[in-house]
Amino acid sequence: AAVPSQVVPGADPSVRQLCFCWGPAEMLVCETLFGRRGGSRSRSRRPLLPAALSRCVAGTGEAGPSSSRVFVVRKDQDIYIQTLRKLFNESHGIFLGLQRSEEELAGKPRKAQLVQVSKNYRSVIRACMEDMHQAAISTREPALQSQYSTQVSILSAMELIWNLCEILFVEAAAAGPLLLRLLDWVRLHVCDVDNMVREVLSSEQPSKHELFWNVVDIFVLQGRMDEARHLLSKEATAHPSSGNMYKILDDLMKKMPVPSLGNTQTLTEMELKWQHWHEECQRYLQDGTFASDPRMESICKILLGDEDAILEKKELMTTWYHFLVTRLLYSHPTVKPMELRFYAQAGNTRISSLDLFQGGESSPEPLDTILMAAFEFEIHQVIKECSIALSNWWFVAHLTDLLDHCKLLQSHNLYFGSNMREFLLLEYASGLFSHHSLWQLGVDYFDHCPEYGRVYLELHIERIPLNTEQKALKVLRICEQRQMHEQVRSICKIMAMKALRNNRLGSALSWSIRAKDAAFATLISDRFLKDYCERGSFSDLDLIDNLGPSMLLSDRLTFLGKYREFHRLYGEQRFKEAAQLLLMLMTAHIAPCSFWMTLLTDALPLLEQKEVIFSAEQTYELMGCLEDLTVGKSEKQKFQDDNETTKVEMLRLALARNLARVIVKEGTLEGS
Amino acid sequence: AMEDVCAKFVSEKISKTRWRPLPASALQPPDLFATGSWDNEDNRISIWSVGDVGNVGLNGEYQGEPQLLCDIKHDGDVMDMQFLDQERIVVASSTGTVTVFRHHQNNHTLSANQRWEKAHYHVDQDTLSGGAACTGVICNNPEIVTVGEDGRINLFRADQKDAVRTIDNADSSTLHAVTFLRTTDILTVNSIGQLKIWDFRQQRNEPSQIFSLTGDRVPLHCVDRHPNQQHIVATGGQDGMLSIWDIRQGTMPVSLLNAHEAEMWEVHFHPSNPDHLFTCSEDGSLWHWDTSTDVSEKPSFLHQGGRSTTYFSHNTINQSVVSAWLSNDPTKDRMEITNLIPNQTLSVNSLDILGPCLVYGTDAEAIYVNRHLFA
Repeated sequence: AAVPSQVVPGADPSVRQLCFCWGPAEMLVCETLFGRRGGSRSRSRRPLLPAALSRCVAGTGEAGPSSSRVFVVRKDQDIYIQTLRKLFNESHGIFLGLQRSEEELAGKPRKAQLVQVSKNYRSVIRACMEDMHQAAISTREPALQSQYSTQVSILSAMELIWNLCEILFVEAAAAGPLLLRLLDWVRLHVCDVDNMVREVLSSEQPSKHELFWNVVDIFVLQGRMDEARHLLSKEATAHPSSGNMYKILDDLMKKMPVPSLGNTQTLTEMELKWQHWHEECQRYLQDGTFASDPRMESICKILLGDEDAILEKKELMTTWYHFLVTRLLYSHPTVKPMELRFYAQAGNTRISSLDLFQGGESSPEPLDTILMAAFEFEIHQVIKECSIALSNWWFVAHLTDLLDHCKLLQSHNLYFGSNMREFLLLEYASGLFSHHSLWQLGVDYFDHCPEYGRVYLELHIERIPLNTEQKALKVLRICEQRQMHEQVRSICKIMAMKALRNNRLGSALSWSIRAKDAAFATLISDRFLKDYCERGSFSDLDLIDNLGPSMLLSDRLTFLGKYREFHRLYGEQRFKEAAQLLLMLMTAHIAPCSFWMTLLTDALPLLEQKEVIFSAEQTYELMGCLEDLTVGKSEKQKFQDDNETTKVEMLRLALARNLARVIVKEGTLEGS
Repeated sequence: AMEDVCAKFVSEKISKTRWRPLPASALQPPDLFATGSWDNEDNRISIWSVGDVGNVGLNGEYQGEPQLLCDIKHDGDVMDMQFLDQERIVVASSTGTVTVFRHHQNNHTLSANQRWEKAHYHVDQDTLSGGAACTGVICNNPEIVTVGEDGRINLFRADQKDAVRTIDNADSSTLHAVTFLRTTDILTVNSIGQLKIWDFRQQRNEPSQIFSLTGDRVPLHCVDRHPNQQHIVATGGQDGMLSIWDIRQGTMPVSLLNAHEAEMWEVHFHPSNPDHLFTCSEDGSLWHWDTSTDVSEKPSFLHQGGRSTTYFSHNTINQSVVSAWLSNDPTKDRMEITNLIPNQTLSVNSLDILGPCLVYGTDAEAIYVNRHLFA
């Protein structure tokens, strides 16, 4: 039966039919009356790991009988937890380091390096856990406190799973060292009994403490032989009468063969020694050496791997996986990775360690299922269960990426998207992009998704709100570095439009120049020209005078720049050059027709100068321009505007007079 | 060295970091700095301590990470930030508001001391929206100068409610940064590659001098002035280029130095050791430019371990008269450039240097402190 993994608060499928629409990192759920059926399903929910997976971000309107609500369901809730931002940021660096090392060291053996990467990820988790723990201690608000404590337990579960995966998959420890690693793992994570140990050890006379034997047992169960022997030696001196018994037990514990980390002994050697030692323990148990002291007898039974004796100490192990590792330590220390599944799940007794430990009383928690899957080497199951149980994508995305670098996921392809690594990275990065501030981290994750990363980035980057130019520049840089021309254009256009709305023509123009957006540059140039026509002077001279090569972006911009140049020449009384430029703007059709009348009017003061400026030929050309302008219009609308008509008359007169003057002048020059 | 750098993840993107200035007589290194964040739902100004007695190790060396002393919410992105004096910090906001915060040192709290709402705005100052980001602020107690996306320049005085002087539409493009040249002159850089000098003694609202980059008119993002030789000015551009200008002559930069691969966000001459210059960039790097290298002492093959060090080539002539920064042929001069961040990822938005101490902040939500810069 399908177990609901997400519950949308406020949405009740028994009352209203729900429909949904998937989106990147978010899902829309809305209530609908369509296809309504009777009969409500069971609404009992099984709690997952202690965190809700979803939340209603936006509910619209009251839930009246006819109104429907829309819920925005975010799939990655942990993204919004402030203290986890350290985790996201620091692991981002580790992630990038891993991808870079892949490029640099292609093909080389690099298990040690991968283990180091794995350890770095774990140390970030632990650091976060520490911060969260501190926060929980220092806050006075009960609600916050419980929230922090919940986060601590989630982080602790994540680190526990990650560590096991590191031992089994990343390091892939071989028989022998495998068990030592598992022991370390248990010692690191089963810390419920640490307080008891501390209490007893710090008491004045530990051997007199009521929990003394519990602590000895704890040490034995965790394989901490030296510590156990040290404690026992104290007890021995207090009971000289049973000195022999203590000595024998101490001797057995001292002689217990331990798998070596190096290559100093072969597995066979180890097994041989083990067999020998095991038989010795057996002998002492059978001849009743410890019969007078049940506590020591029980320890001897543990050393022999007696399941019942170990199970008796259940409270001291607190978890089934501690029980599993202890059982392995004393019954099969040279367990091979692939044999783990038998001990974890079925084993000789056909009952799993989990069931044995819990006595079949309660059903497994998600964490148990995940660890069990790991012991069974079902990597995909581990990832799947984690995806369901954890309220973030961070964990599965990074773990899967690491395992993928260990070449453990090659064969697996999804029936949708590309592969599992990419799928999870895309989900995680999409979550980052839905966050108002963490979106920058998401970019690099998309970069390392060869199949769909680019498309996702393109979709997400356009949705980043651009409240300042500086932020726009940062987004733009991301797009430019990746040759995302479409997005570059779109961002520049948004910024140019904003500037235009704010009457910042100069800024608007710089943005369209950056996007090489000719159409928009033309639009802005027209605004400049219109302003000029209205006010009779240019605004933003500092910009127009400094257009440089960008002037060539659009014809209109070229005209604007050149027209401004004409004014400068005129202002500097370089009339000849000014006149030539003015004429060229019309004859070379750089100026838009609508602007010709203004240009011709600008020619008036030049025509009226004492000195003749336009040559005969230039005057004819000017006349031609004026006629071109009037011919088109005269037939239909004439010049309705009196002002315009006067202007034309004045121009005609000025041109005629100039022509007269220039003919005389040029004639005189030729004649002389 | 690299191991002297101490990092702290702070769960917000840092846009500005500034050391608290030291009293003139102080012999100790700085021990307090301020940071500002951006792009958060709630941005804040925070004061950090690095010189806490409890953090000093047995040999007197500094050990712990920066400790948060106090913080206060800030409306909008922190765009720029300057200490006015030992206690007051002037903050430029993306909302256009300029705020003076006071750090009460006795009980370590922050409070807003004075505020100029919408000192920068588009179209109409009185409408509800319409604030324009204030992009830069510079202080010369009691004077405060701000510039913004609206192309406006404001001159405030810490004790006066209204602006002493406002130049509307001073620039038709965005003003990105401002610094004092002399007590009456300021320098601004804008988004079309111009460096302008404004003289507040003159009543006309135009710059007294305009310098500009040739060619593509790449936007300039930051500016700093040589602390002793005031005619030497450094700017950083959108293409990551470092430009050195001599404002006594010409209208173009004296030298253009290829530096970062993306926007250079800040450039700072070392205040007391101006042969050293520091720049940081969107590309995630922070460079230390050193012109003090003596060729006779350091042969060029001697690279310092672990650092990516570049030497501009040799043939040093006696440059003792002319500042090393002004040699317009960098090949004639020696400059040692060191990237202080080995595994760069996200943008380094801000840096500050004082004495032997460097502090910088990144978009990766971390602040870094190096207390032995020249060790």
